[in-house]
Amino acid sequence: MPHQVPVEVEKEIDQRLTRYPDKRSALLPALHAIQGHFRYVPEDLVEWLAAKLELDAIQVMEVLTFYPSFRQSEPGRYHIRVCRTLSCAMAGSHVLMDALAEKAGIDRSHADHHHPICVSKDGRFSIEFAECLASCGTGPVCMVNDDLHEQVKPEDARRLLDRYS
Amino acid sequence: MSISYKPGKVPHPLEHRMIFRNVDREGWDPGIETYLREGGYESLKKALTMAPVDIQAEVKTAGVRGRGGAGFPAGVKWGFIPPNNTKPVYLICNADESEPGTFKDRYIMHQDPHQLIEGMVITAFAIGCHTAYIYIREEFPYAAKILEAAIEEARGKNFLGQNILGTGFDLEIHVHRGAGAYICGEETGLIESLEGKRPYPRIKPPYFPAAMGLYLCPTIVNNVETLCHVTHIIQMGGTEYAKLGTPNNTGTRILCVSGDVQKPGYFEVQVGKVTLGQLINDMCGGLRPGRQLKAVIPGGSSAKVLRADEKFKLKDREISIWDIPMDFDSLAACGSMAGSGGVIVIDDSRSIAWVLNNINAFYAHESCGQCTPCREGSLWMKKISDRIVAGKGSPDDVDTLESVAYRIDGRTICAFGEAASWPTESFIAKFRDELKAATSDSLKGAIVNPETKLAAASVKH
Ligand SMILES: Cc1cc2nc3c(=O)[nH]c(=O)nc-3n(C[C@H](O)[C@H](O)[C@H](O)COP(=O)(O)O)c2cc1C
Ligand code: SF4
Ligand code: FES
Repeated sequence: MPHQVPVEVEKEIDQRLTRYPDKRSALLPALHAIQGHFRYVPEDLVEWLAAKLELDAIQVMEVLTFYPSFRQSEPGRYHIRVCRTLSCAMAGSHVLMDALAEKAGIDRSHADHHHPICVSKDGRFSIEFAECLASCGTGPVCMVNDDLHEQVKPEDARRLLDRYS
Repeated sequence: MSISYKPGKVPHPLEHRMIFRNVDREGWDPGIETYLREGGYESLKKALTMAPVDIQAEVKTAGVRGRGGAGFPAGVKWGFIPPNNTKPVYLICNADESEPGTFKDRYIMHQDPHQLIEGMVITAFAIGCHTAYIYIREEFPYAAKILEAAIEEARGKNFLGQNILGTGFDLEIHVHRGAGAYICGEETGLIESLEGKRPYPRIKPPYFPAAMGLYLCPTIVNNVETLCHVTHIIQMGGTEYAKLGTPNNTGTRILCVSGDVQKPGYFEVQVGKVTLGQLINDMCGGLRPGRQLKAVIPGGSSAKVLRADEKFKLKDREISIWDIPMDFDSLAACGSMAGSGGVIVIDDSRSIAWVLNNINAFYAHESCGQCTPCREGSLWMKKISDRIVAGKGSPDDVDTLESVAYRIDGRTICAFGEAASWPTESFIAKFRDELKAATSDSLKGAIVNPETKLAAASVKH
């Protein structure tokens, strides 16, 4: 089944379009609107979006594939991003990553630069490392969907995940 | 008026709160009524009675230098818009806050959004701009919503929109969300991103944003904190503002401290009035018990590292690391930079190879890939330091690493090239022996960090 863009998502894109003198500028906002609904950007919507913004599909693809926040496959219902960068790493974010992945039932052994996201078998959680989340004073930090969690100890992993069901 | 702050969030006596006056305040919220209750938008009303050139002159007199990283005087930058320009002028607030170690703009936007909006309206009026954008990193979803709500509130009071407060001046501000790429903090990469493209930085010359920026129109890009300062400059006047801080390093700035201190956090101080020693020992409670200082990265991860036992020459004085005043000129004289205000403290429990490897992984991940030296070099620096940390290095690796770094620096389109190579250059210059020891005696002789193994295990990332 091809994906359908819901009316409210298209409305949001139309509204964003009015903010720029140039349609192409609405590409990131449009991708955010689509990802906000589907949790990733389904490939069959690339043509749709290109037509909407009067772009070539490749112009959408090059943006979609460059930016780490845009996902091309479905993540878990709750997507976790653990900060990998220096201050958080010094505060133990790599230990936190292992604890979160284990408790969420996620196997990260296949994670690499091109496939950073790993999903749990039940589809509830997915996880990846992110670079500095601009909260270095309260590390280690992670985000679960839109929420920031600070000073998360590995032993808190279970309790944190239980808040998202 | 006495202001009370939330428990555990009371500013340190050495602080001078201006931009962060309302951060962590009891009874404060981001709504416009709260902001108006304490004189909010009075600076805007005053600015709208002034001639735009006079506002620019006040900001020049104030001497405020950009808080985003480069420390360029804001008033001077605004003056670069070509005088005979007939195209639209754009203002962009750089809210990408992505330099590792930096965490200040986030609190302004979450807790005091109207201070930023007021600064932006004044700036837009001063430079003749009618459409402004806030480019905010994707990882601040709530801040984006708070800003959008604040913009609506401000429009409701006619601080934004058409014919602002009856002056005939029109301005719209739009929030534009990024998508997780560090290079979008670089102003020309940001502009490309705002145009809906990959954030490939543009080469300067000719693409100086003030002349050829967004849609090739004159564009002023300023950091969140810089734009907030404009509000205060108009309120107190440029001359009064310039009395804060030290000559050529005026005003206040927010220093963000993370790493190996007892109480990491943010501190707004008069620029140059506080030393690194006061910051670490007095404001952050010092190092953890039994630990010695090993190194400090004083201005975001791109800044060159300072070694704890170095002697620095400052105005014919020889000083230790503890006595460095935290201002632009002093940190430059000490061979590093004030950068974005992100101070990362490293104690003697850390392996330098591990720290450098973590930094190299960041730049390897974030290079936009346009320039060969940066794209390839940042990856090689990561791979070589991966190998050293994994205990598989050879003594030549340190020299190879160094030669790669010097082949990036100065040979790229944007300053990311320097940002990526300065850590390696400075870590090797200052910790060559420890790094060499790490290659020959794989981590046995060097200080072992409990996370070293884990870092090595995750080198694939
Ligand atoms: C690689 C790189 C990343 C940067 N990231 C940021 C950032 O996250 N936020 C920011 O304000 N400036 C950043 N800058 C600096 C901007 O290019 C620009 O100088 C700044 O936004 C100008 O504002 P200011 O003069 O008010 O500091 C970055 C620069 C480089 C080279
Ligand atoms: S220096 Fe690096 S980040 Fe900057 S344009 Fe070149 S490849 Fe891109
Ligand atoms: S290093 Fe993790 S938030 Fe900055």
